Amino acid sequence: MSLQPNPIPDPDATRVDESIQPKSSRLWVDSLIRIIKSKTSFIGLCIILILILTAIFAPMIATHNPIEQNIIDRYQAPSSDHLLGTDELGRDIFSRIVHGSRISIQIGVIAVGIALIVGVLLGGIAGYFGRWVDQIIMRIIDIMMAFPSILLAIALVAVLGPSLRNAMIAVGIVGVPQFARIVRSAVLSVKETEYVEAARAIGAKHGRVLMQHVLPNCLAPIIVQTTLSIGTAILDAAGLSFLGLGAQPPTPEWGAMLSDGRAALQNAPWVVAFPGIAIFFVVLGFNLFGDGLRDALDPRLKQ
Amino acid sequence: MLKYIVQRLLMLIPVLIGVSILTFSLIHLIPGDPARSMLGEKATEAQLESLRAELGLNDPYIIQYGRFIGDILQGDLGESVQSKENIGYELLHKLPATIELTIFAMILAIVIGIFAGVIAAVKQYSWFDNISMTGALFGVSLPIFWLGLMMIWLLSVKLNILPPSGRLTAGIKLDTITNFYLLDSILTGNWSAFKDAFSHLLMPGLALGTIPMAIIARMTRSSMLEVMRQDFIRTASAKGLKKHLVVFQHALKNAFLPVLTVIGLQFGLLLGGAVLTETIFSWPGVGRYVYLAVLGRDYPVVQSTILMIATIFVLVNLLTDILYKYVDPRIRFD
Repeated sequence: MSLQPNPIPDPDATRVDESIQPKSSRLWVDSLIRIIKSKTSFIGLCIILILILTAIFAPMIATHNPIEQNIIDRYQAPSSDHLLGTDELGRDIFSRIVHGSRISIQIGVIAVGIALIVGVLLGGIAGYFGRWVDQIIMRIIDIMMAFPSILLAIALVAVLGPSLRNAMIAVGIVGVPQFARIVRSAVLSVKETEYVEAARAIGAKHGRVLMQHVLPNCLAPIIVQTTLSIGTAILDAAGLSFLGLGAQPPTPEWGAMLSDGRAALQNAPWVVAFPGIAIFFVVLGFNLFGDGLRDALDPRLKQ
Repeated sequence: MLKYIVQRLLMLIPVLIGVSILTFSLIHLIPGDPARSMLGEKATEAQLESLRAELGLNDPYIIQYGRFIGDILQGDLGESVQSKENIGYELLHKLPATIELTIFAMILAIVIGIFAGVIAAVKQYSWFDNISMTGALFGVSLPIFWLGLMMIWLLSVKLNILPPSGRLTAGIKLDTITNFYLLDSILTGNWSAFKDAFSHLLMPGLALGTIPMAIIARMTRSSMLEVMRQDFIRTASAKGLKKHLVVFQHALKNAFLPVLTVIGLQFGLLLGGAVLTETIFSWPGVGRYVYLAVLGRDYPVVQSTILMIATIFVLVNLLTDILYKYVDPRIRFD
């Protein structure tokens, strides 16, 4: 809704009060409409929905047991019996990819959850309290950002020990600086607003002001960053698993599956090809949706 | 300008101290006994004790850290637990391979990325724009380890046109001076080695350069579109300047600033991505070195290598900021 003074008497003037009231929910509804209207972000949304449905119904979609070995059927090319072929232990690749969707979602939720919670808290506190608190927190963030992220993740897994859980923790920690910086800058602008001043004036405590008034108004950039981070987290965790530092056998994790197929690249390229395509599509989905969300939630881009 | 550079260099000191504390702490974050973790379950108590004494793990943390920093400042990066080789010497030998690879990847990314971005912006909504931007969108979502393996399968296994691994074919002789093989082969006038080293660089360079290429192309396009709408571009066209002069001399120059930032940031990603790329292509660089050290739990190697890469990364970021100021004198840093 335009805030410019309207020179022409507005026949709907009496409805102005109503339209001001649900302003925040209007933003979300408008944004949702814009996402659906945008072709690319709609494709992203569809890919994410397919991923979620696949994960939920994995046992029904999979044609075989994902970890059942059948040495006689090893390195079978894609066929009607094994849609995407079999790997070096005769396991059905299609079923492994289907079950792997659950692990990808798990990685996305847990790793990004860690980054989100720690990053929002650190960024929120730094931005809200300012001065020396801000200085200390942001210098720590600077130090973390001095490492290329995948390298820091590798180093963390190196000390924690290789496992899917530790890979998720490492990818989560590596994602903290991004969130902290975005939230901090959002908080810096929100905390100057009058409603925050009003909340302080009626005696609300800092914790309450930050949690109830400041952070909820920084939601848009946080949501965009979360979506984009899920794609990156899945990619990084797959990279760690590919290096043998994440999911361990026989877990049907896509990066680990790719790594299993390396030895047979010459004769059985499908063992490598299909898990990679799965990673690519899921990451693409989150990237498309995240980009769409960013545009949709940016009021400057509203026609 | 000089004042700014000195100021920024001074600001680096606390960051580098923080980086050194973090890398130093790595070994102490290991659950349980680091010596046991490095030597394995079969190690005897005497072996463990000797390693602890060698690495000074029995001393208080503050003394250990002081020694860690003191050694590094004197250029001593310690020695590998497994091979007993001097880490500084190893890194010095492997670093040129990684730098050669990352610079090559970056050049590919910058040249192709900027070219695609400029054409896409000039011919907005054309087939070229659609195809290159879809490609760029796909590029940022590609797992580079998968892309690398698929390239090996197609170009080495199926078509047999590029070598799948290493820096040089066995049997080809090259006198190394700088350890940058392309440079060395030019300096020694050894063209067969140049051709061979170049063919070895192509695949890993392309795999490593794909993501930055995609990001640079997208950034260039959006930045160019913004600049092309400005009045001075219309003026330049109106006064009859040739189209390519308007695009490259007037528009690109002004659209370059955000692209430069992206390039600086991507360099760090490349250093990280080098671990994956070097592993796939058996590229004997720092990335593969640190990866093998992680697998072998050779923590001194992991520490020193990571510290060195982080330092390079920080310096590259500083260089980007300085270039930024140089490219756009309007920017004031206070």
